[in-house]
Amino acid sequence: MTKKIKLASTPTVTTVDGKYYPAEDAPAKSTSKTVRNPTKIRASITPGTILILLAGRFRGKRVICLKALESGLLLVSGPYQVNGVPLRRVSPSYVIATSTKIDVSSVDVSAFDDKYFARSEESVKGELFEGDAPKPAIVSEKRKEDQKAVDAALMKVVGGVDLLEAYLKAKFSLTKNDKPHKMVF
Amino acid sequence: MVFKRYVEVGRVVLVNYGPDAGKLATIIDIVDQNKCLIDGPANLTGVNRQVISYGRIVLTDLTVKVCRNARQKTLSAAWAEADIQAKWESSSWAKKLVAKQKRATLSDFDRFKVMVAKKQRSAIIAKKMKELK
Repeated sequence: MTKKIKLASTPTVTTVDGKYYPAEDAPAKSTSKTVRNPTKIRASITPGTILILLAGRFRGKRVICLKALESGLLLVSGPYQVNGVPLRRVSPSYVIATSTKIDVSSVDVSAFDDKYFARSEESVKGELFEGDAPKPAIVSEKRKEDQKAVDAALMKVVGGVDLLEAYLKAKFSLTKNDKPHKMVF
Repeated sequence: MVFKRYVEVGRVVLVNYGPDAGKLATIIDIVDQNKCLIDGPANLTGVNRQVISYGRIVLTDLTVKVCRNARQKTLSAAWAEADIQAKWESSSWAKKLVAKQKRATLSDFDRFKVMVAKKQRSAIIAKKMKELK
């Protein structure tokens, strides 16, 4: 008598809720409860505050803060004709906020955001091969025009305050007998 | 060297240290070699009647005519008569203290303006000196 041999068949996977479990425990997807808030910039820095830059190419220069950008950086302008600082982003960590403030509500800075300052692909590629001296920065015509527009509005405000232009022209430095922890800025 | 300012009843002092630092007071009684009793008078200077060490006060040139342990009322009257507040404020000592306090609160822009003013002043002086030579 021949026995009927049942061939083992691969079990078909049927997903019936509650009766099917994966071979290894799949990690449960954690719901993220973190809230992404805009970066908090210290209260002493507001649009129109005169800032002292402490690091970078323009260290020691006194500049005007125009607005806080989404990335948490500050948009700043010399103005360019006064001290050579263009429309630039600056980190608030490397800045002293003075108590001197001017009214910059008449200056239109809505067009400037982080995307405006994003580096173009060509300039990024060129940096990797530095054999020669660093090439001078190529400033686009658009940047120059924007700078002129912003500075024209700024100079009107700056001109209204006595000695402010000379103040922005001068550089900040510590001298003997200066105690920065006791100085009021 | 002869001493000119004495610790005596009625001596006006400047408190140097403690919660009343920078305020005037008068000595109204002497406790011992190290401390004395002072009073503002409280309604005029804000210093309450208290025992204070000599190390915490400094004597001024001004005195008030009061008896030992004078009441605050008598002391206030004597202060007003001697016009101590006006005399103190017109002294160069008091003016220097005010200037020092002002300098401590100058902002960076203010310090710049002071620097410019000093330069202008010395330029005028130098010009005059040249003329006189």
